[in-house]
Amino acid sequence: MTTGATSEVRRRLLVSTTAFGLLALVVCLVAPLVGRTPINLWRVFDRSIPFHDNVDAQIFFIARLPRAVAGAIVGSALAASGVVFQALLRNPLATPFTLGVSAGAALGAILAITFPLAVATLPFSAVPLASFLGSLFAVAIVYGLATARRLGLSTHVLLLAGVTLNSFFSALILFVQYIADASLPRAVRWLMGDLDVATYSPIVAVVPFTVVAFVTFAWLPRSLNLLAAGPDAAAARGVDVLRAQRLAFFSASLATGAAVSLGGPIGFIGIVVPHLVRLIVGADHRIVLPASALFGAGFLVACDVIARTALAPLELPVGIVTALIGGPFFLWLLVREGGR
Amino acid sequence: MLQADDVTLEWGAPGLGHPSAAAAPWTPPKTGGPQEKESPAGQGPPAGRGSPAGRGSPAGRGFSLARSSPGLHGVSLTVSRGSLFGIIGPNGSGKTTLLRLLAGILTPASGRVLLDGTDLRRFSRRAVARRVAVVPQETHLAFDYSVIEIALMGRYPHLGTFCLEGPNDVRLAQEALAATGTLDLQRRSFSTLSGGEKQRVVIASALAQAPELMLLDEPTASLDLGYQIEVASLLRRLNTERGVTMVVATHDLNFAAAVCDHLALLSAGQVMASGPTDSVLTRESIQRLYGVEADVGRHPATGRLVVVPIRKAS
Repeated sequence: MTTGATSEVRRRLLVSTTAFGLLALVVCLVAPLVGRTPINLWRVFDRSIPFHDNVDAQIFFIARLPRAVAGAIVGSALAASGVVFQALLRNPLATPFTLGVSAGAALGAILAITFPLAVATLPFSAVPLASFLGSLFAVAIVYGLATARRLGLSTHVLLLAGVTLNSFFSALILFVQYIADASLPRAVRWLMGDLDVATYSPIVAVVPFTVVAFVTFAWLPRSLNLLAAGPDAAAARGVDVLRAQRLAFFSASLATGAAVSLGGPIGFIGIVVPHLVRLIVGADHRIVLPASALFGAGFLVACDVIARTALAPLELPVGIVTALIGGPFFLWLLVREGGR
Repeated sequence: MLQADDVTLEWGAPGLGHPSAAAAPWTPPKTGGPQEKESPAGQGPPAGRGSPAGRGSPAGRGFSLARSSPGLHGVSLTVSRGSLFGIIGPNGSGKTTLLRLLAGILTPASGRVLLDGTDLRRFSRRAVARRVAVVPQETHLAFDYSVIEIALMGRYPHLGTFCLEGPNDVRLAQEALAATGTLDLQRRSFSTLSGGEKQRVVIASALAQAPELMLLDEPTASLDLGYQIEVASLLRRLNTERGVTMVVATHDLNFAAAVCDHLALLSAGQVMASGPTDSVLTRESIQRLYGVEADVGRHPATGRLVVVPIRKAS
């Protein structure tokens, strides 16, 4: 018993990471096989056929794999950001989407897409950067509201702030689209949350942001555990609260910005995934955070498969699927948490 | 907003001195407020553990709070190592502020908090938490942790960022749970516990921190009589058996009288009186503090003071 609990954390970490990791891997491999044109996995990896003759490989690697990879990155980034926001704001209903952070990131991305001239001199795509700045801006507003004037971090304040920010940023996005007269079909789909990235280059563009965010996430879980009891209690246990909060806000904004610039403001991943994961692995953030990142990847890629196949040949934006799953889930959670 | 200035708080234990204590003896605060009656010259007679020096006899070694913070003005207190020190006073008198100062969560605008003669600001958060633990009045958790997980959180300041708890940490956490009678609850989820069980688990978590000083804010506020007595005896036991110095802020005069060997009476952010419980807890001080006439007598069975409020003083 005495040593049992030690190995227990390690064992739970190992088991959950392996299980959710395998799940994500399988989903990411199977997802590109599913679609309008059936393809054969053995033919895809058949080296005897030249690539330009291998239609199966072309569909797999060019049409469908980028989409699965993008889904995995976006899903894990949004799920992990959800975990961090929830712990940071001590509210199980906080997510990038419900806080309006995704909308802020979307505004940033739309600005960079609509007015590319101003940033065309940069050696890399400015979209993820603008998206990150947008999410940082939204997070700063949420944080300012939460800390200033002693409003506190009640569910009411957070939800109202999120609703307000969402409509505020949505209005600005519409305004930008209106004056630019550039409501391209792709942009409209992107704003609904869509993973049809078509190439690898937008994925490559967000990789640096995602890597920095996830490396920063690695520092957080123990502090997040203690912050769940409040900043004073965390400080009394030795947490450098201000530093932990800044790191967490920064990395979660970074991850949200990267995710939104790639897949648009896809909703509810940040709430559905962490809650399902907590039901399975408990509340310890050292396990919840990596497990949510992995499960988020698998979950969004699976949602995207549904989006591509449910009404085939029509391809739905994946944001519609996650909203259909996440909306009722969120309401159920609101009712349950409201009782506390 | 509350403010604190000219605060001098000192915590220390003659006879159990920390190495740093001898190297850095207590020095008087630069901002000598009118309330600061302590003299560093009083660094003399080292008392043993259990014979704590109250206000007016600052110990050379220990934890000294000399700073200002919300709601406190010109407060000077010395808590000796090994003592069970009560802070009583009406609502808004600055009890919680005093605890936050002692924990280093709050920094005074002027004055300072000394731990074994060293200014608390010289320690990292983590280093303070290795020596000082806090039991807040209420604990609300955003997520559903298990009892053993709560207890293990006390090990945070002793572990590196990426460390998982080792066998020693688990042993200490389980010992702490055992000491508070909650070991059999360790698999339970914290949110399913009763108020008294929660309070004992949080005390266990603070205990797992292996602190020299434990700060408790209204530890019995939300508890019924049975749990109050349980917590009272738990605090006394931890104090005598483990030598943990305790500072307890409380509304409950009878709880303070039953548990604490020293008291500080806090009124409107200032120390009205401080010293051994028997000499501080009097009819007159209660009337001045709360505006209430009360009988203070010694209970024949317990040998401790008992306070019976009679009427609002006119």
